[in-house]
Amino acid sequence: MKKSFKKVISLGLVLSLMLLMLAGCGKKVEEGVFVIGGSGPLTGGAASYGISVKQGAEIAIEEINEAGGVKVGKEIYQLKLKFEDDEAEKDKAVTAYNSLMDSGVNAIMGNVTSGSTAAIIDLTKEDGILQLTPSGSAQELTKHDNAFRLCFTDPFQGVEMANYAVNESKYMTAGIIYDNSDDYSTGVMESFVNQFEANGGTVVAKESFVGDDVDFTTQLTSIKDKSPDVIFVPSYYQEAAYITTQAAELGMNIPFLGSDGWDGVLAQIVDAADLEGAIFLSPFLASDTAEETVSFVKKYNDKYKAIPDQFAADGYDSVYVIKAAMEKAGTIKNADLIKAMTEISIKGLTGDISFSANGEPNKGAKFIVIENGEYKVK
Amino acid sequence: MTNVIEQLINGLRTGSIYALIALGYTMVYGIAKMINFAHGDIIMVGAYLLYVFIDIFKLPIILSVVLTIVMCSLIGVFIEKVAYKPLRKAAPLSVLITAIGVSFFLQNASLLIFSANPIKFESIIKVNAVHIGNVSIAGITIVTFIVTSIAMVLLTSFIKYTKTGYAMRAVSEDKGAAQLMGINVNRTISITFAIGSLLAAIAGILFLSQYQSLKPTMGALPGIKAFVAAVLGGIGSIPGAMLGGLALGVIESISKAYISSQLSDAIVFSVLILVLLVKPTGLLGKNFIEKV
Repeated sequence: MKKSFKKVISLGLVLSLMLLMLAGCGKKVEEGVFVIGGSGPLTGGAASYGISVKQGAEIAIEEINEAGGVKVGKEIYQLKLKFEDDEAEKDKAVTAYNSLMDSGVNAIMGNVTSGSTAAIIDLTKEDGILQLTPSGSAQELTKHDNAFRLCFTDPFQGVEMANYAVNESKYMTAGIIYDNSDDYSTGVMESFVNQFEANGGTVVAKESFVGDDVDFTTQLTSIKDKSPDVIFVPSYYQEAAYITTQAAELGMNIPFLGSDGWDGVLAQIVDAADLEGAIFLSPFLASDTAEETVSFVKKYNDKYKAIPDQFAADGYDSVYVIKAAMEKAGTIKNADLIKAMTEISIKGLTGDISFSANGEPNKGAKFIVIENGEYKVK
Repeated sequence: MTNVIEQLINGLRTGSIYALIALGYTMVYGIAKMINFAHGDIIMVGAYLLYVFIDIFKLPIILSVVLTIVMCSLIGVFIEKVAYKPLRKAAPLSVLITAIGVSFFLQNASLLIFSANPIKFESIIKVNAVHIGNVSIAGITIVTFIVTSIAMVLLTSFIKYTKTGYAMRAVSEDKGAAQLMGINVNRTISITFAIGSLLAAIAGILFLSQYQSLKPTMGALPGIKAFVAAVLGGIGSIPGAMLGGLALGVIESISKAYISSQLSDAIVFSVLILVLLVKPTGLLGKNFIEKV
């Protein structure tokens, strides 16, 4: 009994060893596969962004591979995503990038957050690989010629919102609440203030908060005193939910304007009436009725049991941008892919996308208004 | 003038939550002589338990509150038994680091179970706001203030007048001597943690009712602020924790409103440093003279 057991075990071990060797071989000769290396937070406080980008990208890759892959010159490539967790931290981002490069990726889709993208831009430049950040919005990320961005920059958003406030809504005085510890919030705030004042408006109150704050009644009370036409809050949805709820508790009736971080705010608020009439800017809206959006939302929901947010759409579009660059270049050489980036244009979930030589996307913004507890495209 | 009163009330709103959390901090420090950095995360555990009982199991509110408080106490005792008891004789630094470890463990465990996405929660405390002239005070602020005051009075009398309270004070003065006098030190410290976690559970419930949203890191920042409040009031002193918490809330609010919302944390800590320079044991802390 014992002997035969040992035999079975050893046979099993030998078999698994052989399998492992075969698997090893398989990896090295993976011809006809184009590997996209992704990196973003899959754990930690910013995990939801990384997970969304990864899942959105996976949907795109599935679609492309099912349709037969990507035709590059005479060859056909299947796409594959290798995604590393950088926990939205700079040192982890460098480790993640190195491990991606060691495994032989063909392009970098990353990173998801601005800070960790900034940590690797010099490295990708040195390696000469195509880098496309789906959602890193800080200005400096595209300073090298191999780096591109799919989402809006922070200054772009601030300018668009300021123009909207003055030209469409005729708001002439504004109060602002922003996150002093966050590059994104501060960046959007600064460009909003500049543009708003250039348009003839006056910022009557500028209040800040820090990171994990949950109580905004002090800032709101200060703003209430100045009674501006509108309150601009460049922040993520969580703070937006706190701020609008607490404004209602204080009995304030001043309308709110937000930034693209507001996407998802309805799911966070107990009483949707507190958000009535709030307007924010977003490249993607899951409840949009456009055919591509409906189909994407359905696939995403079937696979992950969740409604995709703009990060998922960014991940999805990034994969299609890389596909378009491969087709245009006709090779998968780094330099040719990078050159092709400025020559392509695709119709994505987040708008019609093409790229300027400075790495920025040319695409329009959607203004979203919250009416009767639902998002509506303005 | 209305504005100043409104800002004071805003300060009271955050201050009474800080005070309630600081009570737990100061209680555990006073008796077990350790800074339980996981205290803030017990608040988070309490908030998630309440959410699970009410929104997922659909239990009645009163039952859910009682279950949350009981379970939190048990978790507190369990943590003490597993993480801190083996270190009873170790250096204070080891215990402190273990407490930080427990804090990380709790945060990441809830991240694993509930994911990083914030969850909304409708307040279980529906008390109408009170209006005095132009000024209105939210119902939840009043409830929190009253609960904190009651907790403070009960805790003080518990430690002063009950047998377990005597035992606690004896343990806090000298563990070895207390044991020689026939006090069960381990049991006393367990009870301390049970009460500390019970207070954290109540704080969690009120915090959740005030801000109506949960996430795994929700306990971290209020935990740190409450620790500052406890030190400001004199760590180990129960009325000090209450005073420190309220003072912290009001200083924060006033400096945000009238000096600078960017500098408010710097101002809060400057006040803390000033107080500690003048009175190293905090506002209501006792001055011990150690004889060698």
